[in-house]
Parts: sequence; structure tokens; C-alpha cells
Amino acid sequence: MTTLVTEIRTDAVGVAPTGDPRLSVHNLHVGFTRGGAFHEVVKDVSFDLHAGQCIAIVGESGSGKSVTARSIVGLTGRNATVESATISLDGEDLTTVGEKRWREIRGRRIGFILQDALVSLDPLRPVGKEIEEALKLHGWGDRSSRKRKVIELLDSVGVPHPELRARQRPDELSGGLRQRALIASALALDPEIIIADEPTTALDVTVQAQVLSLLDDTKSRGVSIILISHDLSVVAHLADHILVMKGGVVVESGPAQQVLTRPEHEYTKSLIGAVPSEHTRGRRLGPELDIVATAHPTRFAEEFADYTGPVLEARNLVKRFRSPDGSVSTAVNDVSFELQPGTTLGIVGESGSGKSTTARIALALTGADEGSVTLLGREWSSIRESQRRPLRKRISVVYQDPLSSFDPRWNTERILLDAVTDEEPSTLAEKKARVRELLAQVGLTDAVLPRFPLQLSGGQRQRVAIARALAPSPSVIVLDEAVSALDVSIQAQILDLLVELQKQIGLSYLFISHDLGVISHISDTVLVMKDGAVVERGTADDVFNRPQHPYTQQLVGSLPTLDQEIP
Amino acid sequence: MTLTSSNKAAAAADASASAARPASRHRILARRIGEKLVGALIVLFGAATTAFLAQAALPGDRATVILNTRAGQAIQRTPEELAQINEQYGLLNPIVVQYFDYMRALLTGNLGMSYQQYRPVSAIILEQIGPTLVLTLTAIALSWLIMVVWIILTAGRGPRLSSFGAIVDTTTAGLPHYWLAILLLLVFSLSLGWFPVISGSSPAGLLLPALTLAIPLAGFMSQATRTEFEKSLEQPFVLSARMRGMGDLGVRLHHVLRHSVLPAVTLSGWALGATISGAVVVETVFSRAGIGRVLVTAVSSQDLPIVTGVVVLIAALYVVANLLVDVVYVLIDPRLKNS
Repeated sequence: MTTLVTEIRTDAVGVAPTGDPRLSVHNLHVGFTRGGAFHEVVKDVSFDLHAGQCIAIVGESGSGKSVTARSIVGLTGRNATVESATISLDGEDLTTVGEKRWREIRGRRIGFILQDALVSLDPLRPVGKEIEEALKLHGWGDRSSRKRKVIELLDSVGVPHPELRARQRPDELSGGLRQRALIASALALDPEIIIADEPTTALDVTVQAQVLSLLDDTKSRGVSIILISHDLSVVAHLADHILVMKGGVVVESGPAQQVLTRPEHEYTKSLIGAVPSEHTRGRRLGPELDIVATAHPTRFAEEFADYTGPVLEARNLVKRFRSPDGSVSTAVNDVSFELQPGTTLGIVGESGSGKSTTARIALALTGADEGSVTLLGREWSSIRESQRRPLRKRISVVYQDPLSSFDPRWNTERILLDAVTDEEPSTLAEKKARVRELLAQVGLTDAVLPRFPLQLSGGQRQRVAIARALAPSPSVIVLDEAVSALDVSIQAQILDLLVELQKQIGLSYLFISHDLGVISHISDTVLVMKDGAVVERGTADDVFNRPQHPYTQQLVGSLPTLDQEIP
Repeated sequence: MTLTSSNKAAAAADASASAARPASRHRILARRIGEKLVGALIVLFGAATTAFLAQAALPGDRATVILNTRAGQAIQRTPEELAQINEQYGLLNPIVVQYFDYMRALLTGNLGMSYQQYRPVSAIILEQIGPTLVLTLTAIALSWLIMVVWIILTAGRGPRLSSFGAIVDTTTAGLPHYWLAILLLLVFSLSLGWFPVISGSSPAGLLLPALTLAIPLAGFMSQATRTEFEKSLEQPFVLSARMRGMGDLGVRLHHVLRHSVLPAVTLSGWALGATISGAVVVETVFSRAGIGRVLVTAVSSQDLPIVTGVVVLIAALYVVANLLVDVVYVLIDPRLKNS
């Protein structure tokens, strides 16, 4: 086994490490026993963390990065076996300490931030209580001084009206505020080390930028940070040193600048290449695809053969919702767009901007209060569902989480057979052949046919979802956050697949995402939505290189990119 | 830092948006309480009506029944005797008139007179409700104690201990009250002599009857709680709390328990009503006074005003229990306030 013992060197970006490291991890091995068998998930990981330094551990899900982080605080789980020559914190050997000592260390010496505060803070309690709990557990002050400290802490992480916020539950706070509250609870006792496990995953890009800058502030106060992410672009401007993990092994380790600009390992190169951005538009993020896709001949295809106008057109869509207390909110406000054949229209916006409601109206799953949608030049939104049915095959959809849109008791073959049934009367054999053809188009083999959704990996599931969307040979596919739940490397494969399919079959995409990088990579034209309205529209080049609206400028400015780091 | 200041501005905007909420929230709350009260009244009205109809539909001449109940005999009565009773209870009036009389009396809190004891039903019930309520509430409290301790000790502690815990849940949930009562009596009163055989109204005498009701109930509640508890243990916020320095027991008590007890709260509401009507076995075995025995005696001697009174009372308790459950639900999970 090759060991990459980390030598922290002075580098251009980071702080010069002086003296002994705060945290030393050497030859860490972690394994789990499941059903009698032992699986090693972390193999021989070593690093030193110095004061005021940030080490990033980067890798896709299952690479062992989270398990590594958890074993540093002794919380790997029930069936885990941790073997390490050394885990030492300021000279104290942590491999032998008991539970009581661990509890003194957790929270006070090492703070931990998990992703998505909606579930990482107790959803039934006000966030102030959660922060106070950290103080109380370590016997900090009395009741009233703790209350004051909570307010101070919330204020210090940039939460406005801290007195009010402290009394609110995570579900009553916006994503950014509750993530800050979670960070405040980890910072409560001024720990020397913060471990942040995917702290910005699932956050909107502007919120992500805020959280990262907050961590940066913390770092500049001398706190050491271990930052864990699947996305190199997220860690790029914070990390001094980067470990790249794959299959439990550190495949590359070095100063951030070096890893990002002169990666040595193929895997690191592929991770860097996988980050979508404005600069990657028109080129592949991963290796060349080996698929051949052809448009399936249907009678509809002939029927629309002469049509050359926009495949999907929305005019002045308005959608209002009435909340239980009687107030009316406008989710979609005067939205218009045209989707030209063979192109991709990206709709980007943060949560609550109305982009998903727009998608539902485009799919005629939700009626618009005003305005209309035409599909292939025909009335679409204003007609009755029974009239709509023959046109339904011209538009399909792929969602963020295919798991919830698949019947868990159907295997892949049945899921796809179900999607190809309504075509011309055909035999089962013909349908099965069509299912295999669809699988080949999305780069899967017949081996997945007997598998159930839960037995597929995230990337495979999304490919099956795309195959299902392709089944009726649509003209338009609506992709609603279709790659948002995927690791960067898997996301790159799916994006490449979508682009290739578009090239070969001439599909049109309505691509909806909160992720600016993805939108800028894949879109020909872009709509930027905020509070239900379109604030900016134009070609991808214009919107991302010459944003006009202040909101777009803010979005583009918040986007973490590798390009900032790579000269 | 510039980012931080723009963050603050953004967050301030969403603060002003949420400031508009409280007023409308009160309105929603008021409307919901109104709906609950109307629902409660409909249930009570239904229970009272059903009790009345059951009475009216009983076979036999009611005046004869009343006289015989009073005298404790079963003989043919003379028309003179019957006329007097018919007059007194208005039994010759059309059924609709009787119904309205009955409802009017109910509304004023008058549950009528017992045929057998010549005393107002409300007085009899008031006298007997005390011991039953004490028994029921003690039983529910004990069952919570048993359930919480058992769950904390066994749930989510590896496959062996968890399945042992679950087996005990199922077994205790299925124990018949009668059998359990006798067993407890034999072991703890007769053999060990720790508790009186006839419980009377002493606190020491309360424990065994309360345990008899509590053990199966605790089994039921544990079954419902265990799954939720083990699911909650896997949640990220539990990991967060552990990372903050909280111990395993602390996490179980302060975080996980609260997330898993909602089903047990529902069961307790049901138990509040069910133990009152089901207390008769326990009251008989332990020779306790209580509403259960009153009900059984009244049913077997056809003392209908008492039966009606107890039925309406149990319905009222169910209503109260359900309202309590709703309130406790929101106290435990404040998110339900908005849904």
C-alpha cells in the first residue's frame, strides 16, 4: 500500500505552520463489521494540522472522508474498528482516552459542523437552546450569562436580530441563518479545531459564499479547520492543504495551490475537470462517452416534422398561492420564455425564487393563474388534461431525487417497460428491445435491469430516470435540479450524457437549478429568477460575463470557481 | 467584511417578512380551537343520544323494570303502581318529548335519579369517580415511567438487546388484566405480604391495581415508541449533539425521546378513556371502589340512568383526553402549530 505521509510545507496560500502540530493523525485505519464481514473503509490516512491552518479532505461519497473526520472525535459508530498509530491532540494520545475524556474534548477542543442545519440542529428546539446546550454541557457560566453568550455568538456569526433568532426553530429560519446558528453552536466554546463536513452542500450559492467567508474569518482568528467536501471548487479558496481521497485511500496530498494547479493523480485531475463552469461550456467534463442515440421513429415525430418554431413557449405566466392564514403570495410573476429546438434554456434562482413552480406550469402539472404555455406551437396550458394527453409524450421530466419518483418495488426493467408501453401496439419482445436501446443510450448495461432503485448508485438512478424520460421520444425534457444531489464527479458524467444526447437526438432542455456553475456550463440561454420574477435574461455568455442586474452580479460574484485559484 | 454586511441586509429583509406572521397565527389558532370545541360538542351530543336510544329500545315495559329494580324483585305490577311511575318519569309522553326532556336535564347537569338507590346519578358518579381517576392517572404515569426507562435502556443498543426489548414489549402488551391482577396479588400481597389484599383507598393499596393497568399499557406504548426512537437515534442532530460533548444518555433523554413519544401520547389519550371503562376487572379483583364497578352493577340491574350517566361521562373524558393530546402534541412538536 502506498502511503502519502503529509509534509505540510510553507506555501503561497497558507499560513506557515510553526512548531508542533495541533492535531496529528498517522496511519489511520477504520473498518466496519457488517454481517460478520469486515470492510476497511479508511486505509492508512495521515496528516498534521497546525494552528490557523485549513486542511481539506476531498472525495466522492463513499471515499471515507466523513469516516476519517468522525474517527478524530471518536464517533465512528457502533460496529467500527479504528486502528491508528497516532491520533494526538496537542500531544494527548486520543486513541486510548475514555468516553468521559472524549466528552470534554468534543465541543470544547474540537467543534463539528455537519451539512444542512435543518436536520443537524434538533428540529423541535429553538436554535438558542442548541447553542446554549454546548455551553451547559461544559459547565460554562450560569443560566443568565449563558443566555447573553448565545446572543453574542449569534451576533458574531452575522445573524441579525439575535435575540429574536435565538427563540426560533431551524424550520423558521432561512437556510443561511440556520447554518450560521449551527456554526455558532460549534464555535461556542472557542475550540481550537473545527471540523466542517460538507458545510455548504444543499445551500444556495450566495449562502454558500457567506458560510465559507465565515469559516475564513474563523480561520484567520487562529482556529484550525478540517473541511470536507466532494467539490474541489468549494474548498479551493479556504484550504491550505488538500487531501484527495478515493476508496478509503489518500491518492494525492499537497499544498492547495499545487494540488489545484499541478495535480499529479489522474483522479484529482478528473475531479478538477468535473467542476462545471462558464468556461467549460461546450466541452466535456469527463472522458469521452461511448453511446449512440437515435431519435426513435414515432408518428408524432412525423406529425411535427415541419414545425420549426420554439418547442416550448411561455407567455406572461403568473401563479399565486394562498397560505393558510389567508395571505396571497405570488410565486411566479410575469414569466415569459422561448425554448428553441435543440437548445438548453437554463432557469437559475435560489430556493423560493419560483423556478420549480415555473417548471410545473411548463409541464402542465400546475395551472397558471394568468398567461399561457404552448408546446410545439399548440395550446398546452389552457386545454383540458384529456386533450393534453396525446401531447404529453412530447415533454418529459427528470427530478432531483429519482428514488422518490420510482416505485421501490419495481425493478429497472419494469420501470422502463412501464414507460415505453403506450407506443404503437407492439410485442413484449419489441418493448424489451426498446428498453435495452434506452439503457444503451444513457450508458448503462443490461446488468442493471433486474436491480431495484435502492440497489442502484446515485448516478445509475439518475441515468435510469433519464432513460425513462427518453422513452416516449420527447422533444423537450424538463430537468428540475436533476444533478443537484449528485457528487461533482457523478454530476459531470450526467451533464456530459445530457449534452451528448442533445447533440445526437436534438433534444431541447428546460434546465432548472440553483447551481450557477451547472447552469453556466450547460445553457445556451439563461433566465435569472428572484422572488418569482425574471430579473435578467440573455445568452449564457452575456449573463455570466456581463451581468446587468445587481442580483445577477451578486450571484456570479458568489460562485466558487477553481479559475480564481488557477492563474 | 463586505459580505457580512450584505448578509445582514438580506437577513434583515427576511426578518421584516416574518414579523407579519404572529397576528394571522393567532387567528389560525383561534379558528382551530373553535373547530375542536364544535367537534367535542358533536361527540358528546352523539354519545348522549345513543345512550337515550339504547334505553328506549330495551325490551319490556320500562315502568315495570323501574319498579322491579327498586324492589329487587321480578314480578308483575298492577296498573296503579305503573301509572305512578309513568307519571313520575314521563314514560307515556311521545318519545321525542322524552328525548327533549332528557337532553334539557342533561344540559343543566341533571343526570336523573338512580332507580335502585333513590339518589341523584350525579352524586353517585361524583362519589365514585375520584378513586377511578386516581387509579387511571397513576396507571398512566406508571406506564410512562416503565416505558421511558425500558426504551432508554434497550432501544438502539445493538441487535440483541433491542430485539429482547421488543419481545418484552409484545409480551407485556398482550397480558390480560385479570390474569396479571391475580398474579400480582398472589405474589406481592399473599406470598410476600408487601401490599394489602384489599386495597381500599390507601396509597399502598393503589400500587398493585395501578401496575396491573400500567404494565400492558407500557408494553403497547413501548412498541409504538421503539421504532421512532431508533429512527431518531440515526438523525444528524443526534450526531451534532454528540459532537458538542453530550453523552449517550443525555442525547437519549434530551433529544431522542422527545422525537419518539408522539405515538405514546396518542395511546395515553386513548388509555385515559379506556382504563376508566376497563377498570372494572381491576376494581373487582382488588376490591376497590370506582366507577367501573358502579357501571357493571348498574348494567346488570338495569339501572339505566346510571348507565347513561357513566356513558356520557366516559364520552366526555374521551373528548377531554383528545383535546389534551392535541395540546401536548403541539407542546412536543411546535412545528405542528403551523400545519
